[in-house]
Amino acid sequence: MTAVAAASRPKLDVAPTVDPRDRGGERQPMLIARSLKKYFPIRGGLLTGKGKEVQVKAVDDVSFAVLKGETLGVVGESGCGKSTLARLLMHLIPKDSGELIFDGEPVGQAQGLSLRDLRRNMQMVFQDSYSSLNPRLPVQESIAYGARAHGTSRGDAKQLARNLLDKVGLEPDQFGARYPHQLSGGQKQRVNIARALALSPRMLILDEAVSALDKSVEAHVLNLLGYLKRHFNLTYLFISHDLSVVRYISDRVLVMYLGQVVEIGPVEEIYANPLHPYAKALLDSRLAMDPRERIEESPIAGDPPNPINPPSGCRFRTRCPFAESICEAKAPALGSAALDEHLVACHMAVPKSGHTKAGTLALH
Amino acid sequence: MTGSVDRTRPLVEVRDLTVKFVSRDATTQAVNGVTFALMPGEVLCIIGESGSGKSVTMRALMRLLPEKRTLIGGAMRVGAHDITALDERALRDIRGSQISMIFQEPMTALDPVYTIGDQIAETVMRHEGCTKADGLKRALELLQLVKVPSPERRLKAYPHELSGGLRQRAMIAVAMSCRPSLLLADEPTTALDATVQIQVLVLLRKLQRELGMAVIFVTHDIGVAAQIADKVAVMYAGRIVEYGEVADVLLRPSHPYTIGLLASTVHGQTRGCDIEAIPGSPPDLRREISGCSFAPRCKYTIPACAVDTPAPVELGAGRYACCIRTGQLGVPAAAAAAIA
Amino acid sequence: MGMGNIGLGAAAVGEIAARPASPAVRGYWQSVGNRLRYDYVTLFFLSVIILVALAAIAAPLLAPFDPTKTSMIYRMKPIGFRDFALGTDELGRDMLSRLLWGGRVSLMMGLGPVVLATIIGGFLGVVAGFVGGRVNMAIMRTMDVFYAFPSVLLAVAISGTLGGGLANGMLALTLVFIPSICRVAESATTQVRGLDFVEAARASGASTLSIILTHVLGNVLAPVFIYASSLISVSVLLASGLSFLGLGVTPPTPDWGLMLSTLRTGIYVQPLVCALPGVCIFVTSLSFNLVSDGLRQAMDVKS
Repeated sequence: MTAVAAASRPKLDVAPTVDPRDRGGERQPMLIARSLKKYFPIRGGLLTGKGKEVQVKAVDDVSFAVLKGETLGVVGESGCGKSTLARLLMHLIPKDSGELIFDGEPVGQAQGLSLRDLRRNMQMVFQDSYSSLNPRLPVQESIAYGARAHGTSRGDAKQLARNLLDKVGLEPDQFGARYPHQLSGGQKQRVNIARALALSPRMLILDEAVSALDKSVEAHVLNLLGYLKRHFNLTYLFISHDLSVVRYISDRVLVMYLGQVVEIGPVEEIYANPLHPYAKALLDSRLAMDPRERIEESPIAGDPPNPINPPSGCRFRTRCPFAESICEAKAPALGSAALDEHLVACHMAVPKSGHTKAGTLALH
Repeated sequence: MTGSVDRTRPLVEVRDLTVKFVSRDATTQAVNGVTFALMPGEVLCIIGESGSGKSVTMRALMRLLPEKRTLIGGAMRVGAHDITALDERALRDIRGSQISMIFQEPMTALDPVYTIGDQIAETVMRHEGCTKADGLKRALELLQLVKVPSPERRLKAYPHELSGGLRQRAMIAVAMSCRPSLLLADEPTTALDATVQIQVLVLLRKLQRELGMAVIFVTHDIGVAAQIADKVAVMYAGRIVEYGEVADVLLRPSHPYTIGLLASTVHGQTRGCDIEAIPGSPPDLRREISGCSFAPRCKYTIPACAVDTPAPVELGAGRYACCIRTGQLGVPAAAAAAIA
Repeated sequence: MGMGNIGLGAAAVGEIAARPASPAVRGYWQSVGNRLRYDYVTLFFLSVIILVALAAIAAPLLAPFDPTKTSMIYRMKPIGFRDFALGTDELGRDMLSRLLWGGRVSLMMGLGPVVLATIIGGFLGVVAGFVGGRVNMAIMRTMDVFYAFPSVLLAVAISGTLGGGLANGMLALTLVFIPSICRVAESATTQVRGLDFVEAARASGASTLSIILTHVLGNVLAPVFIYASSLISVSVLLASGLSFLGLGVTPPTPDWGLMLSTLRTGIYVQPLVCALPGVCIFVTSLSFNLVSDGLRQAMDVKS
């Protein structure tokens, strides 16, 4: 693991305490994803071609690291693959290729971390929907289920569930025996969070965890997430389409487009000065709260394209104002510098890449 | 048609609108006395969270609520029509031609078995009595107007063949087809990606200005209101609690709910610090609420708040807030009154 | 403005305190029972079924005569003739006793196959739906083969091949019902499997069996149960049909379908008496049908 310069580490609001389960040390990223790929085959039919097998390249060669104690935000629009990525990380769907390293140990390999152990360390909070909780179970049973699946006794698991309900702000006596349909959206989401915490994970993946909530409820849940992170010493991977929320909660952010990472780095740097043309267009599309700051012209035209048969070379070139022939010929690489630096996948950032503007994107 | 609209009188006048849903278990007071006026060519954004009554208000304006279990009270006028008095046939005449509506989910609003071209043409033919060929010609013009790329090809496309943003534009084209004087929009951009949302909003603003159309836009997103609104109405528990020009309401809010909503919306708060969230949750609209409906959650509340529903306090021309403590909150409400 | 434990608790409680007092916590089955309580049509027909079932169970006590005792003198007597409350059949046996005893067989042949088919078909369907892939294909395509035959034909064919009799008849009917129940179970399972809470259960590392038992079954049971209950009325009819064709119980065991068959000849002599077994079949089948419909309405609604 290459040494990481202390100065370039993102500043966290609270220094993480050392977890007794920690194996790799402070500098070891909690999670490293390397070259993850997931393609979904679609058999060619009348629409796509006679019998030709076509692939949806949902996640295509994605690599990044999540540092201990940080919140890494993941943003992107429809078809970017962020949800597929979450499910790949959780091993809910099998990956086609690539590797995952959790706290220094490779996952799913003989000498490394077993899937079962990974699940004890990393859990997921789903978006609040009608199907995020089993409608036939009282919520404390839903929470206790994970612990019981790992061998905790019924009584202990129930106590654990009640403790967690308390931690997420729901009075156990009042809410423990309730069914999901008797809870509001915000309350259900708290239950979702409690369920994810039942196995005492060290890292949480939050997939659009606040997207379905009203703004005022969203604020409560975000505050809760902040509190839990400090209290349980957690690391977060926060996936969302809401750029403002990601900025608020994240230390670093990763921007995805059509199954690939286009930019990754400290959140303030990227939000203040996005380098990748897509990241810039995306961030410029944010609506201000001030009517004096209206956007007169939209920064980009057209819809996010379909991940079936993406453009060759750089996937953004069909909508990029700076696209040139090199962009069609060769796909820009994200760069393999230290995994926590500001990286951009664009020919304009690499000196001598063949682009007329090569090397002009300033990376501090 | 927008051309024949009297530009000196408000196009839309709603006075004391109440909507009650009656069911076997309970009566829900979804809208409880909403009053506002809209000039031709003006954009009003109704901001509110779920349960505030914003969507119900808008649907009441087009009488789209289920007749059997809905009780509508108050007065509604759009142009020369008294909406509450119209019969079904007259309503159908003005729906789509003088008042149009666009929805959040284009997939459910567009008929999946007809092409886009057919659907637009059908609306035109229905209201203007022209031939199919003319209808399709107009459909093509409209698709160009809403900036759909390759419009000739898209005329023959079915809704499921288009992406989300294109479907939304197609729905706008259908809504524009008879040049309505009033457009009602129910969260049309909520389900869209950020880059698509801004395109649709910019488009709507352009169209609205070009056609001189009035728009009532319902949303829960304050950023959307900031982007397109001329006037803003903030709704809570079935009432408008604050109303005024967009800059006034968003930059100098007077009502505690508006203040709280703005503070709790995530936008540039410091990481690591808690967001100032409004405690509690919205009231149960099946119960009678005495006094101010926001009082249980308000941090400026005094005993007098629980007595009567606060009446609108004038803060200047066309600006009001329903709070008895307007001006005393130590917040720029005093400045707003001074500007008036 | 950081919120410590207490601050968070208060704010969170504040969010909830404003909510109205919670209604009595009601699980799914309780809410179903609650809805049924006001469904008078369903309750009426449910009591009819219970009555028929009780009468059948208590046949030894209620039947005034031995159902197999023939009498040459009292053949084809009308309703109310002497001690024969419902007349006699073509061999002089008391109709009331035969109907009561016949109810046992008919009900057993009606309910038994459905219960068995639900267990077997349900199991196969859940496995197929949850595991997916090749296992799913193997199971479902096998079911399709059986499904391709019209149920009556299939029942007759299987029963005939096996040689008639009560047990073979029940087996035949079971085999007839398994494919359709399996299909319902498979489609319900496939649907539930894709829901977030099942994914969350998988993410927690639970075993497949545990997930099926805790999360899938509870949600799949309702549609399967509703469908199976609608099959009971069909089963009663099919069972009677089999007996009518001579493929059910052997005489002299009383059975409604068989009685219909043998009484055919007497229909011009004593039409009312000969129609009685048919009335019983009709009433029983209809009652099951309507009760299952009422159950479906009570169970299908999302709380």
